Amino acid sequence: MPTTEITTTVDAKGLSCPMPIVRTAQAMKPLPSGVLVEVLATDPGSVKDFAAWCRSTGNELIEQSVDGPVYRFIIRRK
Amino acid sequence: MDEPINLVLFSGTDDRLQAAAVLAAGAAALGKPVNIFLQYWALDAFRADRIAHDHGLAPEAGVAGRNAVDNLRTAGQASWADTLRQAKELGGVDIQACSLSMDLLRLNESELDPLVDGVEGVTAFYLNAGEGQLVFI
Repeated sequence: MPTTEITTTVDAKGLSCPMPIVRTAQAMKPLPSGVLVEVLATDPGSVKDFAAWCRSTGNELIEQSVDGPVYRFIIRRK
Repeated sequence: MDEPINLVLFSGTDDRLQAAAVLAAGAAALGKPVNIFLQYWALDAFRADRIAHDHGLAPEAGVAGRNAVDNLRTAGQASWADTLRQAKELGGVDIQACSLSMDLLRLNESELDPLVDGVEGVTAFYLNAGEGQLVFI
């Protein structure tokens, strides 16, 4: 059964494009396949960017939500 | 294997270098190889003793543009050099100085910031560029 526990949180709040993606890519690199990573960002471009990044890299965008200025993404490591 | 993204950097102003660094970091995050070739004033901006200096903005920025860039920086935007350092940590980013521009600026490799991986001629650059897209900035 796939894990549902978030292993790592990437706090990219306040960072401008493309740093939320870069930080996430850095954080995910050493992690094992299948783990869940939470990303918090305030860059409005991150909505389309994370969707595109996940599609292109094969990581799975499990969930996305917005709470005020903060976008939250849950991504399963490829 | 993905074809590389190839960026030829010519301009040495902070705004153009920032735009180039964003393109490089985005490609690196997608796992694409990135080749960066530094010519003329862009190469000058990568001198170890000047990389952290203010390199000005393109003429079209004007006063309003200067303020806008300063505001982003104050809000914590990473400098172009920091953006490139982080892109390099992801791997796949190779930065080469154009040998002709090294002669033009009378530079030795030891005077360049460690971000620069080496010096090459245009032929080597094209060979590494393969069939990948090429962007001149």
